[in-house]
Amino acid sequence: MTGRNRLAIGWAVIAVLLGGLLLSQSSQRAAAQSATPSDDQVNQIAHQLYCPVCENTPLDVCPTEACRQWRDLIRQQLSEGWSEAQIKQYFVDQYGARVLAEPPRVGLNWLVYVLPPLIILAGAFLLFRALRSWTKPPPPSRAEATGMQAAQQADEYVARLEDELKKRK
Amino acid sequence: MSETTVVPVKRGVPLWAQILIWVVLIGLLVILAITLNRSQKGTAQPGDPIRDFSLALFSGYDLNGQSQVKLSDLRGKVLLINFWASWCKPCEQEAADLRSAWAHYKDAGDVLFLGVDYVDTEPEARAYLEKFDIQYPNGPDVGTRISQLFRIQGVPETYFVDQSGVLRYVQVGPFTSADQILSIIDPLRK
Repeated sequence: MTGRNRLAIGWAVIAVLLGGLLLSQSSQRAAAQSATPSDDQVNQIAHQLYCPVCENTPLDVCPTEACRQWRDLIRQQLSEGWSEAQIKQYFVDQYGARVLAEPPRVGLNWLVYVLPPLIILAGAFLLFRALRSWTKPPPPSRAEATGMQAAQQADEYVARLEDELKKRK
Repeated sequence: MSETTVVPVKRGVPLWAQILIWVVLIGLLVILAITLNRSQKGTAQPGDPIRDFSLALFSGYDLNGQSQVKLSDLRGKVLLINFWASWCKPCEQEAADLRSAWAHYKDAGDVLFLGVDYVDTEPEARAYLEKFDIQYPNGPDVGTRISQLFRIQGVPETYFVDQSGVLRYVQVGPFTSADQILSIIDPLRK
């Protein structure tokens, strides 16, 4: 494998890893709720929120007393007819945008949505080029062609020389 | 003599693409560095400037009839700013000490206690304040804006600001006694 191929593969691997890392930060959407909030309805919304205190713990699975209180708050708001968007906005207003499982699409947060696909595409493109170069041998460069030509001429000269020597014996 | 066909050597990644990749990578590294720097700064330290902030107070816990206080309006007083939460067990350990210390200074006029309720719910916060008979001004840290100014690492944390508005002492964790609070505040009073 030539040095250039190794470099291309290295870039491709870095790009794919970076893209995967950024993608893993994103999360999934969820659905709506009814007037009588069941645990599932509460957790559907709680799953879209993170515990403001415990790091990286979704509100629906957080075991602390504080999280239980926040789930109770969601249940109360649902029973009062609040929509999912209103509940999430309330939590953002109270505890900051960091409670959202899915970062809001404002400011630098757009990078989280745009960069991973771009990086994965770039990595895939570089990988494709690297793999293609493995299957085709590189054409000879001008220097290589000249050298091959000279070697071919030398072979012909040696062959003629041998013929002459044989004739003289 | 035969001639070999020479094909020009293909170049690697175009220069513009290399420049773009480096710019993007460096940009990401800069963002990462800024974020890491911010997260590793630690809490605000004595001498650090504290940006002005407003604290909306729980009804019944106002300051001289005002439902909102602004830090800049409190110059000339020694401030004790206590971050707490109803779900915080260590906060309960110091609640009685804070109440005693407040009772010591409440008529002095030059010392003010402010409680900032960190990521809490109002019903539980009120229940906590009633349980420990805390009567000095308290309000929620809406959007965690105030706690971010002080870069708190958790609760309870207490910040002492002198009459010039300069941070003078930081207490991370609960106080051991009301006397400890008095020993911090008294030297700050002029």
